[in-house]
Amino acid sequence: MDVLDIARWQFGIITVYHFLFVPLTIGLTAVVAGFETAWLRNRNPDLLRLTKFFGKLMLINFAIGVVTGIVQEFQFGMNWSDYSRFVGDIFGAPLAVEGLLAFFLESTFLGLWIFGWDRLPRGLHAATMWLVHIGTLFSSWFILAANSWMQHPVGYRYNPGTGRAELTDFWAVMFNKVQLVTFPHVVAAAYMTAGAFVIGVGGYLYLRNRYAADRDLYRRAIRVGAVVTFVAGLAVAVTGDFQGKVMTEVQPMKMAAAEALYDTEDSCAPFSIFTVGTPDGKTEKFAVKVPCVLSFLATGSTGGRVEGINQLRDEYQQEYGTDPGTAYYYAGDYVPVIPVTYWSFRFMIGLGVFAAFGAALILYLTRRGRTPAARWLGWLAIGLPVVTVAASSFGWLFTEMGRQPWVVFGLMTTERGVSPGVSTFEAFTSVVVLTVLYAGLGVVELRLLSTYIKKGADPFEEPPEPTLRGRADEDAPLTVAY
Amino acid sequence: MELTTIWFSLIAVLWIGYFTLEGFDFGVGMLLPFLAKNDTERRVMYNTIGPVWDGNEVWVLVAGGATFAAFPEWYATLFSGFYLPLLLILVGLIVRGLAFEYRHKRDDARWKAWWDRALIYGSLVPAILWGVAFANIVHGVPIDADKEFTGNLFTLLNPFGLLGGLVTLGLFLTHGAMYTALKTTGDIRLRARELSVRLGLVTAVLAVVFLTWTQISTGSVSSAVAFVVAAAALVAGVAAARAGREGWAFVGTFVTIALAVAGLFLALFPDVMPSTTDAAYSLTTTSASATSYTLKVMTWVAVIFTPIVLAYQAWSYWVFRKRIGTHHIPGPEVGPGPAKKPASV
Repeated sequence: MDVLDIARWQFGIITVYHFLFVPLTIGLTAVVAGFETAWLRNRNPDLLRLTKFFGKLMLINFAIGVVTGIVQEFQFGMNWSDYSRFVGDIFGAPLAVEGLLAFFLESTFLGLWIFGWDRLPRGLHAATMWLVHIGTLFSSWFILAANSWMQHPVGYRYNPGTGRAELTDFWAVMFNKVQLVTFPHVVAAAYMTAGAFVIGVGGYLYLRNRYAADRDLYRRAIRVGAVVTFVAGLAVAVTGDFQGKVMTEVQPMKMAAAEALYDTEDSCAPFSIFTVGTPDGKTEKFAVKVPCVLSFLATGSTGGRVEGINQLRDEYQQEYGTDPGTAYYYAGDYVPVIPVTYWSFRFMIGLGVFAAFGAALILYLTRRGRTPAARWLGWLAIGLPVVTVAASSFGWLFTEMGRQPWVVFGLMTTERGVSPGVSTFEAFTSVVVLTVLYAGLGVVELRLLSTYIKKGADPFEEPPEPTLRGRADEDAPLTVAY
Repeated sequence: MELTTIWFSLIAVLWIGYFTLEGFDFGVGMLLPFLAKNDTERRVMYNTIGPVWDGNEVWVLVAGGATFAAFPEWYATLFSGFYLPLLLILVGLIVRGLAFEYRHKRDDARWKAWWDRALIYGSLVPAILWGVAFANIVHGVPIDADKEFTGNLFTLLNPFGLLGGLVTLGLFLTHGAMYTALKTTGDIRLRARELSVRLGLVTAVLAVVFLTWTQISTGSVSSAVAFVVAAAALVAGVAAARAGREGWAFVGTFVTIALAVAGLFLALFPDVMPSTTDAAYSLTTTSASATSYTLKVMTWVAVIFTPIVLAYQAWSYWVFRKRIGTHHIPGPEVGPGPAKKPASV
């Protein structure tokens, strides 16, 4: 293994890991803010109990998202310094803006929310959680704008003098057409994940006899979670469909790789549900195919033409095969790892659809006060959060692996981006240390989550009603303390 | 003024924000075993920084992002060059960040002791290594014609770099002691005040040696002024602590750190990373910078949003302005349980 391989593995490991926590955080901040606001409006004690209960679980999760996020920013410079030199003019700006607009907002108002129960008037307290949520949305916007630029570079020019890409239009980067479909897709998936988490936690507690007195509370949580998951699931499907069309236009190879379509289909290209092929992945032995679906996904029309890998390889080699003058260019095969793109695309869609239908089923079975108690329903509820988190991970694996061999599409290949000065020893140390650390923290996080889930929601306790001047009794113990 | 100079100054401001703020929460973390005698006192210390440490840490993320955007070559050379120290800093920041949220989640002495260690060492390692890193940036490191750092970890562990690490360690310890004295009541407050005086005096000696050394090797008139005021502020801070004026003592170390960092940046200018291999290979504010269009866009963003950020961050400090004592610490979080069942069930 050389530094390049290690750096790629590290990026994959720590980024997928980071994103296990991020969607849940984005979605749960909205859920918690929603419960708290609803409590303020109708004063139903159950709503405050749910606010605090899911607030606690959100914080356990948020903490890991925050600390693993620091590594994300540092590793561009550490492992990918030539990439950073090449794109810093464009890619650095959204990262800096993300810090200034999003991270300060999230961290400051999260601190105010955690410790503010006896410091802030109630309305203001609820508002701090909304601000945290807005911070997570800002964060998503800017980091996805940076990623969308890597998928489809716009608003730049290549300067042969410096050998760098230079920003020419900031707004073009912010409103890149890839960004406009990716942001809603990712955020909807985050809501879906949080909804599924609420279903899972609520479902688990709902079916435990220990909590029989709180059945109504958890039933309410399940219903809220199911509505969120189902509605967000529809949004994920619709935005994903838009995304497919844009992808076909700007990265046709990725669409061909999603289906492992080797030869162009002039019309009515089929979509295979699954395929068994030879071990090299190039010949298919058995497949279940639905006619015309791929044409529809890629072009919006069942008769649309979908280009195949072999034809696209020829086209890409013609377009990029002669040295366009950038030092960062490397003539390659232009074909991503097909089994990875093919299966991650299917798992993303399959798991997402499963979760949306699961939520719909749960909504139906709990309609109008019904209280089903079947065991399998509990397993379905507990499985949904795992399914949605996995669907998000597969989505990112697909979109990032499908862009290969490019790190910035059409401009720079991944292998040109790696740090030339970093030694194998350094890179190896880094990936081992971070992987072992992350694995340990994952165990700790899951155990804490399960402990706090099993304990269920605290009994209702009327929170203090402070004013900004201070608490009624400044010498009384703090309502919330570390 | 040139845009590149403005951005060099803004990045200096971000690092000043980072070291003056996270500096004291590093200090509080490192002083945990020295100032707190029991679990309740440890919790007092955790709670003095609990609501604000995360906001303090964001300053380094913005400093890193702004360096990436405004001086991509600086970001690339620095982060790939100072690889292992940065990895250690990352590990430190990860474990200490989790210590805040996870320590109180289980009422188990061993569990708490582990997270205490995470906080202590997770604060200690970055507190030293940031100093080592900055001393080396100012002093210069081997950089070749391709702007690549050609040294290794031991290149950075030279006497000047190590002294820089000791100085930041001393400054953050003192700053943390001043903060603890300012934010607590009772025994811990007195202990912190006493310790801050002793720490401040030792740090003052180290800092004067380090700053004089920096001034002689790369200083300018303006950096000399900054260093002198920084040293004077430290002495004044220690005197204020001795006199029991905790607010002024904290202002003293705050100003010391701010001006010492400002002086380092003034001594660095117009280089951003001088090369000891050949002065021609040094990265400068102009050779390492982004294009003027990017800098312009970033300037607009900074001008509009920085005041807003400062306003709400200051407001959060105001909300949590009260001192904390052992009587404020509620009993151990026994943890949630099921709702009490109605009597009839």
